[in-house]
Amino acid sequence: MAQVTFLEAVRQALFEEMERDPTVILLGEDVGVYGGAFKVSAGLLERFGWERVIDTPISETAIIGAAVGMSYAGLRPIAEMQFIDFIACCFNQLTNFVAKSHYRWGAPVPIVVRGPSGGGVHGGPFHSANPEMHFVHTPGLKVVYPSTAFDAKGLLKAAIRDNNPVLFFEHKFLYRRIKEEIPSEDYTVPIGKAAIRREGRDLTIISYAAMAHTSLEAAEKLAKDGIEAEVLDLRTLFPLDRETILASVRKTNKLLVVHEDTRTGGIAGEIAAIVCEEAFEELDGPILRVTSLDTPVPYAPPLEERFLPNVGKVVAAAQELARY
Amino acid sequence: MNLSITRQQHLDLYYYMKLNRMLEEQMTRLFRQNKIVGGLYSSLGQEATSVGTAYALGPKDWMAPMIRNIGALLVRGFKPRDIFTQHMARYTAPTLGKDGTSHFGDLNNRHVVSPISMLGDLIPVMAGVAMAGRYLGQKVVAMTWIGDGGTSTGAFHEGMNLAAAQKAPFVCVVENNQWAYSTPVGRQVPLRDLADRAKAYGITSYVVDGNDVLAVYKTSKGAVERCRSGEGPILIEAKTMRMKGHAQHDPAEYVPPEMVEYWKARDPVHRYEKYLTESKLWDAKLKVEIDARIERELLEEQSFAENSPFPPPELAEQGVFCEGCHSVEAQWERPIEEVTPPRASVRPEWSVKSFGEMEITENIVPSLTGKVSGDGRRSPAQAAAKKAKSGRVSARGKVRR
Repeated sequence: MAQVTFLEAVRQALFEEMERDPTVILLGEDVGVYGGAFKVSAGLLERFGWERVIDTPISETAIIGAAVGMSYAGLRPIAEMQFIDFIACCFNQLTNFVAKSHYRWGAPVPIVVRGPSGGGVHGGPFHSANPEMHFVHTPGLKVVYPSTAFDAKGLLKAAIRDNNPVLFFEHKFLYRRIKEEIPSEDYTVPIGKAAIRREGRDLTIISYAAMAHTSLEAAEKLAKDGIEAEVLDLRTLFPLDRETILASVRKTNKLLVVHEDTRTGGIAGEIAAIVCEEAFEELDGPILRVTSLDTPVPYAPPLEERFLPNVGKVVAAAQELARY
Repeated sequence: MNLSITRQQHLDLYYYMKLNRMLEEQMTRLFRQNKIVGGLYSSLGQEATSVGTAYALGPKDWMAPMIRNIGALLVRGFKPRDIFTQHMARYTAPTLGKDGTSHFGDLNNRHVVSPISMLGDLIPVMAGVAMAGRYLGQKVVAMTWIGDGGTSTGAFHEGMNLAAAQKAPFVCVVENNQWAYSTPVGRQVPLRDLADRAKAYGITSYVVDGNDVLAVYKTSKGAVERCRSGEGPILIEAKTMRMKGHAQHDPAEYVPPEMVEYWKARDPVHRYEKYLTESKLWDAKLKVEIDARIERELLEEQSFAENSPFPPPELAEQGVFCEGCHSVEAQWERPIEEVTPPRASVRPEWSVKSFGEMEITENIVPSLTGKVSGDGRRSPAQAAAKKAKSGRVSARGKVRR
């Protein structure tokens, strides 16, 4: 067991999967010689060579298109978006070509599209995005968004081995901020399974990615006031782990959803709908949300702070909910 | 390349073109009888391009047809029933009724990738197929088609550029049928030859008479084999004409009647029939036999389609994801050790080959003497001066503006 960062965990997953399976290749902008904008792929070119670590032109549509073609020929390509914001440039390839391929004509697309996402690092409107819901709303894509180094490695390995297209979001705020011990032997984390990060009886806080940490911190603060919050980390946004969500709500009877994605059309709305449909009778209070504002991600620190959820906002919402 | 074509190959080309044409005529009748569920797109007049290009591919090569490439699908071994059932949305169709028209493929046996309606998207996809084929040591070539209109998409550019940068064994056939729906090619692209687009990617291109099946086949065969030998992608512009509207609903009143007449005189099937007769490759009796065989085949295949059921409604809910129904397997035709550490033969050494040296021929932008009108066109004085100076820009673009 060694202490590794979130970033190192992702790098290890890439390295080990490429070592294990010669059909796994990596392509993207500056992933080779430079080792990726965040150095996630550092050392891969030296180990695996030009044919498997491909520096592409600045062409997100071609990156995804080529990955699809390679997967049709039996490879398992990993396509990197230098920043996940640029996934908008290949939206058509992903939503029309990739997502519909298996349904339309039975052609699986075993690709992973991964990249650094999320705010809190003063990246401004084009380097801070959380575009996950565009793809959660597109049938045919799996969407994974881990919060720990252990999960990042295990879920990325599972994504690479999956026969379906998986969008894998890496919250860049977590890249070098969290460190944990992970096993040295091979393991995967199943796609579609949420994790209970903290047990509690008074209310459930559902979150994912960087906000899972914010929610845990808030839960510790709430505990000092005698409120025991259960914190559920979704890990996968599609397919959603309905069972774990409903079991927790049935236990605590109160639900707060926290996400860094903007408010309207965020996953909180979908979770609220599921809970209302399946467990309405169990609820002792309204389903509340703490989310980012319905604006682009602003650049200046005071603006971004206003935009993002934080521990204080989560605590305030949880206290309000606890009063019911 | 010395290319000899056997008598049987000559007859094959005729068979596929004629099958393509008669199949579509049959489908037009079905459309009028309301038996086609959705739209119907005609490739009348473009049969030589579809057939001649696809016929140049080897059995393990890959192709991805577009909407007007039914001929290519037939060459690749799909049956008329596949086309009929697709259009009639039957459960026996290759997509089981989940998609229509020529939107189907076959990854494992025929190496055919299904198109989607968004133009240009197939270009990077087939570049990726070509790159994967090379990586696996298969020596295969990937081919796809795109219309004149589709060459203006970003995906086309990104895909061609990536293929060129990677020297991928990829043949792109630009099927210039003069019309993107109702917009003539001259209003979409300010080039006489769309083949000139290849210059921007530093790749080889050819212009071919798309209504001459032998010219199309020979050009394509040469291109496919050059690609296979590792020369990098090749672009072929086949000049042809869409003889019907964009789809059945479109009477194409925007097409000048003289233009239709011009191309009618160059009909690819009639031209080839004449050629076969003049070259004594067949006689009237053989032609009648082939045509009768096609007619019989089409009636049988149509009957199969008409007697096929629609898909069961619950199919709508199935197959969004692969849940173990398919396996993903690569066909290695090179030693895996070559790409597996520590024996990988591909080393990451790299060097910067160009420091950005330049040869400057004109370093001053000439100032404008005439007035440029608001729409960017030259004034008559400028146009006259330019004409006097350079004459017409050559098709290969050697004359500098």
